[in-house]
Amino acid sequence: MPLQLTPSQTAGPYLKIGLLRELFGPELVAPDAPGAIRIKGVVLDGAGDPVPDAMVEIWQANAAGRYAHPADTREDLPLDGSFAGFGRTGTEDEGRFEFVTVKPGPVPGPDGRPQAPHVNVSVFARGLLKHVVTRIYFPDEEAANAADPVLSSIADPGARASLVAQEDGGALRFDIRLQGDRQTTFFVV
Amino acid sequence: MQDDTDNGARPVDPDPPNDYPDYVGTRLRAPKQPLVILPHTLSELTGPAYGDGKIDPLAGDLTRQHAGEPLGERIVVTGRVLGSDGRPIRGQLVEVWQANAAGRYAHAVDTHDAPLDPNFTGAGRALTDDDGVYRFVTIKPGSYPWKNHYNAWRPQHIHFSLFGRAFTERLVTQMYFPGDPLLEIDPIYQSIRDEKARESLISMFDLELTEPEWALGYRFDIVVGGRNATPLKDH
Repeated sequence: MPLQLTPSQTAGPYLKIGLLRELFGPELVAPDAPGAIRIKGVVLDGAGDPVPDAMVEIWQANAAGRYAHPADTREDLPLDGSFAGFGRTGTEDEGRFEFVTVKPGPVPGPDGRPQAPHVNVSVFARGLLKHVVTRIYFPDEEAANAADPVLSSIADPGARASLVAQEDGGALRFDIRLQGDRQTTFFVV
Repeated sequence: MQDDTDNGARPVDPDPPNDYPDYVGTRLRAPKQPLVILPHTLSELTGPAYGDGKIDPLAGDLTRQHAGEPLGERIVVTGRVLGSDGRPIRGQLVEVWQANAAGRYAHAVDTHDAPLDPNFTGAGRALTDDDGVYRFVTIKPGSYPWKNHYNAWRPQHIHFSLFGRAFTERLVTQMYFPGDPLLEIDPIYQSIRDEKARESLISMFDLELTEPEWALGYRFDIVVGGRNATPLKDH
């Protein structure tokens, strides 16, 4: 019998004390690093109001499509020792967050064919008894997005579109709507 | 992407539903659309880690982060981080945060009329050792009112955050204390439907961990695992 898993509880309104300190931050690469991109957005609640007390985490492969993790054994792809692939930031008064990172390369899907490049996202906040998980896809990857097994499994065009960032003045914009008509698509992992 | 083939026996999903209106904060924040099931690819089976051993051992002692000692009941909180197969998870980062002994967080948003303690921030971190054991020294957090409903008070708790071994195993939870009368009326605790899963968040008082003339000991083991991984059909 497997052991009973420990259940989730909300991170609550004071997560900043414990989690938003010097250990992790929103810059996965330096802003002037080659290939650096900015991903910014707001977290909104069901009334369309900003969520000022959330934490957003991202986890992604490097530019070559390799994860800095022992389970990714594709040794033909380079690992970049300085790129851990993980970032964490809090939202502030306007619900805003922003990361500086690189665009990840494609990683294999369930059948071995490549998935479209994507960034894995977890959102924690007061009012979320368990964190929610989503993905950021890239707007300049139309063909790869159309062939992506996860995106193409979502029938509703609006739900699909909620996973694709938008170009916005040199940055990528990805708003996270927790609830409502235009709710972001969230996943069970 | 509904997958009807995944109907074998597996550990009970212990997590509370996000849609749980008794906890008022969920009402405008809990997603209402059904979740889409992700296939497990490298994106899910990898995940962040922090295991290079560079955590200051003092980061696990919340009573020694300031010039003086915090007020309150000194406690040791320790336990093992395990996979669902019972194997210890080594080098795992455990991050904690909590209110002070008076039930007040060192956070600008907390306006509860209880004193701040200049000697207590309420944040700690530690890495698990080769047996998966983490250890914190802290003070017992106070209960505090939280306006969820009339006369709502949170049971005493410490927040825990762990990465697990993969993106699927990320866990943020709360540890409670045995015998707390507020557990029965706390919607956050009660949002966990399975009684055994709920009770697994209550630490155990342990006289063996208790250090004479110094601190009470509480044990809290944590089990992380892929909740919706390959169904277990062999039991």
